[in-house]
Amino acid sequence: MISLLAATIRLPFLLIFAALLFSCGVYGVLARRNAVLVLMSIELMLNAVNVNLVAFSGYLKTLTGQVFALFVITVAAAEVGIGLAIVILIYRNRETINVDEVNLLKW
Amino acid sequence: MTSQEIAFVIVAGIGSLAALRLVTSKNVVHAALYLVLTLAMVAGVYLLVAAEFLAWVQVLIYVGAIVVLLLFSLMLTKAPIGRETLDNQQRGVAAIVGAGVLAGLVFLVQDTFRGTRIELQQAKTADVGISIFRDFVLPFEVVSVLLLAALVGAVVIARKDEAPSGGESRRTIVGPRQEVRR
Amino acid sequence: MVKFAWLIPSLPLAAFFLIVFFGKRMPGKGAEVGIVAVGAGLVISLGIFWHFVTGGGPEVHSLTFFDLKSFRLEIGENIDGLTAVMFVVVTLVSLCVQVYSTAYMHGDSRYTWYFAALSLFTGSMLNLVIADNLFQLLVGWELVGICSYLLIGHWWEEKENSNAAIKAFITTKTGDIPFLFGIFVLTFAAGTANIPEIQHLAENHEIATGTLTVAALLLFGGAIGKSAQFPLHVWLPDAMAGPTPVSALIHAATMVAAGVYLVGRLFSVFAPSGHALAFVGTIGSITMLIAAFLAMVQDDIKRVLAYSTVSQLAYMVAALGLGEHGYTPGLFHLFTHAFFKALLFLGGGSVIHAVHTNNMSEMGGLRKKMPITYATFGVATLALMGIPPFAGFWSKDEIIATAFHTHHYAIWVVTLLTAMLTAFYMTRAVLLTFYGEYRGNGHPHESPKAMTYPMLLLAGLSVVAGFVGAPFVSGGFKSWVHFGAIEHEPFSYALAVLSVGVGLAGVAIGYRLYATYREREPLTALGPGYTLLVNKYYLDDLYMKGIIRPIQYGISRWVNWTNQNILDGAVNAAAWLTRKLSLGVDEVDRKVVDGAVNGIAFSASKTGGFLKYIQSGNVQRYAVFLFVGVAILAIAITRL
Repeated sequence: MISLLAATIRLPFLLIFAALLFSCGVYGVLARRNAVLVLMSIELMLNAVNVNLVAFSGYLKTLTGQVFALFVITVAAAEVGIGLAIVILIYRNRETINVDEVNLLKW
Repeated sequence: MTSQEIAFVIVAGIGSLAALRLVTSKNVVHAALYLVLTLAMVAGVYLLVAAEFLAWVQVLIYVGAIVVLLLFSLMLTKAPIGRETLDNQQRGVAAIVGAGVLAGLVFLVQDTFRGTRIELQQAKTADVGISIFRDFVLPFEVVSVLLLAALVGAVVIARKDEAPSGGESRRTIVGPRQEVRR
Repeated sequence: MVKFAWLIPSLPLAAFFLIVFFGKRMPGKGAEVGIVAVGAGLVISLGIFWHFVTGGGPEVHSLTFFDLKSFRLEIGENIDGLTAVMFVVVTLVSLCVQVYSTAYMHGDSRYTWYFAALSLFTGSMLNLVIADNLFQLLVGWELVGICSYLLIGHWWEEKENSNAAIKAFITTKTGDIPFLFGIFVLTFAAGTANIPEIQHLAENHEIATGTLTVAALLLFGGAIGKSAQFPLHVWLPDAMAGPTPVSALIHAATMVAAGVYLVGRLFSVFAPSGHALAFVGTIGSITMLIAAFLAMVQDDIKRVLAYSTVSQLAYMVAALGLGEHGYTPGLFHLFTHAFFKALLFLGGGSVIHAVHTNNMSEMGGLRKKMPITYATFGVATLALMGIPPFAGFWSKDEIIATAFHTHHYAIWVVTLLTAMLTAFYMTRAVLLTFYGEYRGNGHPHESPKAMTYPMLLLAGLSVVAGFVGAPFVSGGFKSWVHFGAIEHEPFSYALAVLSVGVGLAGVAIGYRLYATYREREPLTALGPGYTLLVNKYYLDDLYMKGIIRPIQYGISRWVNWTNQNILDGAVNAAAWLTRKLSLGVDEVDRKVVDGAVNGIAFSASKTGGFLKYIQSGNVQRYAVFLFVGVAILAIAITRL
């Protein structure tokens, strides 16, 4: 039954959405060859985590989750910066950002 | 089924599809644009749960800064386009793992939180600010320092070395890769 | 003086050690030590003898070495009349022989050792005589046997001398086996080895007569061996291979008398047993006769005297076999016989020393060239033949008379016959040696004083020693040496005349046959009897071929077979087994142990070769594992 006035939302919806985002991110991290695309997939995973945090923040009626999600966004930004710097460095040295070809630790 | 839930389903659906296309598209620029869409939908979800400050921060930082950064790096690295060049050989395993993760999480969620509801309250920005600067001031400072470090580090890593003999400097960082290739 | 009795055996034994260690450095080469020691012993012995002459009693002392309740080992002295008499005999004859030897053995290469062995012998014989328990006696017994072996083989470079020494030792040893068992039986039956205690127990009938018979017969086995009675008499003639003074001391006067002394000392064990006495008497009778026959056909002067010794010892044995009445006569004959037989040997040695040969066929006419030797030899011969008033008459006649009086007529006849034969062969010996013309190649002359003085002393004793036991003397020998009550046998003139007559008859026959020397030995007229006598009744051959050689060759063949096949076989089998085992171990070592080690290394290498593929260098591959692991952990932690 649709109730247009009640301000509630079922928790599983949020969590399942987060799970979907997360699993797409997992697939991307494992399956993509381009380092930048891998980083994008990591961002996806971080976003899924944020959604989770916010959902529980609402469930537990506290602001801690949102604050923490803020910090996560900040850290994600820092991480992307460093990551891309490294990618550019690799590109400069190897002429490729194909993660398959960065395998000096191979046996 | 409340109105928020309906809105949520629409927003989340678009977001999920976008995420899926993000990881499966053959074109890196398309993937980046799908990322924009996904992040925007996530911001929409934040709004639906009355986390307005967070939603705008999401848009500002993620969509505004990070995606731009990613696009710049794609441009600088001349990323190629095409299925074989973009997906590696363990696609199958990765799909299984992803599906497994999804299944596991969904099962967990349904098992634990079936039918619980969130009573939404508006989160005022002022309250968020107070919470940061009163309860979480230390993590805040630490994250600031982290950003500083990341900034400095990115600059250091990515700049060109100014060595006396420019040709050799490129090799010293990576090492004599010719010799170790088996 | 009796309390110094322990010195008598100790002084010669100490002299032995002194001569062995210091003899070669002394001026007299050790002889003076031996002579002084035995001289001192003689003085003490005469003192002890005087103690008994003046009516003293016996003394017994002992020291215990250790005492386990069932067995006691002690050393001690048992001084009675018999001991005193033996002391005098042994020390006096030993002294005479040692003085005589200084001249006879002059220049010999082993002069010092000779005197050492003589002192050891004297000390051992005296120890045997003084012993108050059977084991001490046994020690002396065996030691004199060893000394006899050493001295017979003094010139062992000649094979026949060493053979003779071995024969003497082995033959007496054959007699020592029953002797040892006899000691065991007696000690076990009496519960003690102490001789006075055993005598006491036997006299009081505390030991069963059957046990005493067994013990007596076994002990007599030792006497048969040591005193050269039939059938173990074969060693004594061969023992003449030793130096003549040795023959005089050991094989005439002392060691061979030890068997007789043994029977006399343990007479309490023999006397109750009629069977033992009968056996003793029988052996004595047989021996005296066969030995007398053998003495008739010898050419070697020492062999004549040797068989004579056997025969006279048989007299003593037969006398003891007559029972208590024969005890004193038998031992009295031992006393007198020692003197005149030693003198006979020393005289014979003097002759041999002069003409450098033992064979009477190469002698003759020596009475003018060696008067003292002739005179003393003659006195001794008369004593041996039993002619009065010389010593031998009193002792031998008493035995013959006792045989008659105790109704042992068979033995009486045998003794009379032997007396005649004795006279016959001694006459033959004297005539061949001293009368007629000299048939040899040397230059005989009288012997030096060191040899003649002892002979003169012994000659004097051969005359007077008999008087201490004569019937008209009260007290005397029979009061010192007696068994049971002191006897007073009436003197039978008839028997005396008979025995003297028999002796003179023998002299007459001998004179008839040998007064003029004939090239061909008259006795060959006996024909096959002569051959039998010359071959000593083939007894030596019987012993050698019948007993010794089969055992020696048979056993040695069998032992060799055992050694080759069984012992060596076992050793070889062990070696073969060890080799096979080591080959097997090698197989195991190489295939199993090394295989295991190599296998481990191989599998490690293969596993590594397999695992290395995980290191793909591909970060995303690692990330797959990471996520899978996280998922598993999540399920495990939340669900389980």
